Amino acid sequence: MARVTDAPKVVTANRLQDGAVVWLTAAGDWSIRVADAQVQTDASSAEAALGIARASAARQEVVEPYAVDVVVEATGPRPLKTREWIRAAGPSIDAIPTAA
Amino acid sequence: MSPTAAARQIDPPANGLSSHAGIYHYDQVDRDFLKERVEQFRRQVARRLAGELTEDEFKPLRLMNGLYLQLHAYMLRIAVPYGILTSRQVRQFGRIARQYDKGFGHFTTRQNLQFNWIKLVDVPAILDLLAEVDMHAIQTSGNCIRNVTSDQFAGVASDEVVDPRHYAEVLRQWSTLHPEFSFLPRKFKIAITGSSADRAAICIHDVGLIAKRGADGTVGFEVYVGGGLGRTPFIAKKLRDFLPEDELIAYLEAVLRVYNAYGRRDNIYKARIKILVHELGIDAFRDEVEAEFARMPVAQYRLEPAILDGIRTRFASQPYEALEPISGILARARLEDQAFNRWVRTNVAVHRQPGYAIATITLKPAGGIPGDVSADQMDVIADLADRYSFGEIRVTHEQNLVLAHVRQDDLPALWKALADIGFGEANSGLITDIIACPGLDYCALANARSIPLAQRISERFADLDRQHDIGELKIKISGCINACGHHHVGHIGILGVDKKGVEAYQLTLGGSAAEAGAIGDILGPALSADETLDAIDAVVGVYLDQRQDGERFLDTLARIGHTPFKDKVYAAH
Ligand code: HEM
Ligand code: SF4
Repeated sequence: MARVTDAPKVVTANRLQDGAVVWLTAAGDWSIRVADAQVQTDASSAEAALGIARASAARQEVVEPYAVDVVVEATGPRPLKTREWIRAAGPSIDAIPTAA
Repeated sequence: MSPTAAARQIDPPANGLSSHAGIYHYDQVDRDFLKERVEQFRRQVARRLAGELTEDEFKPLRLMNGLYLQLHAYMLRIAVPYGILTSRQVRQFGRIARQYDKGFGHFTTRQNLQFNWIKLVDVPAILDLLAEVDMHAIQTSGNCIRNVTSDQFAGVASDEVVDPRHYAEVLRQWSTLHPEFSFLPRKFKIAITGSSADRAAICIHDVGLIAKRGADGTVGFEVYVGGGLGRTPFIAKKLRDFLPEDELIAYLEAVLRVYNAYGRRDNIYKARIKILVHELGIDAFRDEVEAEFARMPVAQYRLEPAILDGIRTRFASQPYEALEPISGILARARLEDQAFNRWVRTNVAVHRQPGYAIATITLKPAGGIPGDVSADQMDVIADLADRYSFGEIRVTHEQNLVLAHVRQDDLPALWKALADIGFGEANSGLITDIIACPGLDYCALANARSIPLAQRISERFADLDRQHDIGELKIKISGCINACGHHHVGHIGILGVDKKGVEAYQLTLGGSAAEAGAIGDILGPALSADETLDAIDAVVGVYLDQRQDGERFLDTLARIGHTPFKDKVYAAH
């Protein structure tokens, strides 16, 4: 595996209104699907994407944007860290209690 | 909400069914205050959504109102004063869960309720619904005195010396919006009990109080200070052996003032009172408190009997029937139904009132999520509380619920109804009665997941014969060193760590939150989730092999030490 810091990146944040996890798309807006995220393969484009995200945060659309290391698979980018793939996919558990 | 307000007239409860629930009943002044407070936060939310407030500006405001931003959504933490609820309040939780969350809520180790899927835009409406039933989320976060916790058997335990609920209410009123203690160096947690058996984990709180009686029968408090978990766990130290009742508030003011003055504000990891007590030493800390106390106009803070009486009258009492001490119906049902008998053994406790019993509803079905209750289950539990327990429901720090006033005659029917919603498990205090924090499935601070591990342990040990054979064994899981899942004081504690980007778990043995509290010792290097499951099996195996007559897990561990457990767990490595 490549060193994590060298990995391709996507930019994420939580949406202000509802806290939902959102991903920065190539169009410069936010999607709730990680598959829509634009993958940044070099440091300068990652920094530019973060700039777009920070501007969005300054407009109070999202909260605390940051970049996340990913691997690119057939289905799209998949975050490397457990924390981030759980953010992308939702809790790893069946959120609704089963009984009753 | 000040103590002087206590003598005001009691309003008729808004719902007759809950009128006998042992909660403190609000009056119009309390309700007006809550309404105003909701309006205030509604305006703040509106300004945030309009972009007039930045996150940095808004964050302290939302935290004051129990609102966190978690991994997937906002999380709202609702205060349950000393863990006691009415059926009406539980139904309202159900309504909120359905309308604004994903249909469930999560009861926590702090006897609170958390909703995990809250939208910021909905919060004012949710707070309105809570205020309708005299509830709120104030001081469930931030560096203030948090919701006071207590013994879930308060007022009904057979071993109780003093009913702690009235004092818990005094503390609630005193600490709510206390201007001097709203910006402490760090959060501050107080727990109180009035029994010889400690079910409130007194030893791990910033201040722990044990109400007791002096030789002359007067009430006083044994005062403990400086307990806490997190990255530097401490068992609380005794500050006072007998604090007279009327000095309770004055003395706590003195403790808080010393903390407020000397507690560290430069380093968040050293800001809790436990660090101050540890660094000063308990004797020097006590000297500081006594000196402050001596300087205070103590008369001004005296907890007058009239105030306490006023509070007592605002607590409904339960119109118990005169019953035979032993129920024939119960005795027959226990003989006829082994499964029911087993539930009575683990989940039913002796009540001080003849013919009554205390029933614990463990929110730990095999493979379930500790503390999670669906909206439908909430409705059923509220109905059962109305039918069998004067409309009152309690929350325990072990993430369970309690119906505190059940006629022994009604236990068989209650158990069947609980079993129908998946909460009839006979496992209170057993290996599957696990405490688990939300962990990496929800929590922004987590290193590792807690819930799936709890579920797998619960599945592995689901066999009730085996659980009952193993006996009392408390597993507590935290997803990071903040220790919200109390792992330090688990008989078996499990701490989630990040091992080079991979979730791993560190085991501790020998912790306890009971009377003589203890912090567990680390067993060895962290393990994967699979290895952790096997390790727990191995630990249990060593215990079963080595235990002598009548020994619980902790007894055997104390006798033979850690080495046999360690050898077995790490044998394969
Ligand atoms: C939003 C999720 C949560 C966050 C951000 C959070 C944060 C924290 C932090 C930072 C600490 C360490 C405090 C310190 O050492 O000074 C802590 C401790 C603690 N929290 Fe949480 N927590 C969360 C959820 C919970 C839940 C769900 C519970 C109850 C089940 C809980 C109960 C506790 C307890 C009992 C402690 C340890 C006792 C103590 O030393 O204060 N927390 N929490
Ligand atoms: S122990 Fe850590 S992971 Fe668990 S709820 Fe607390 S802060 Fe989150």
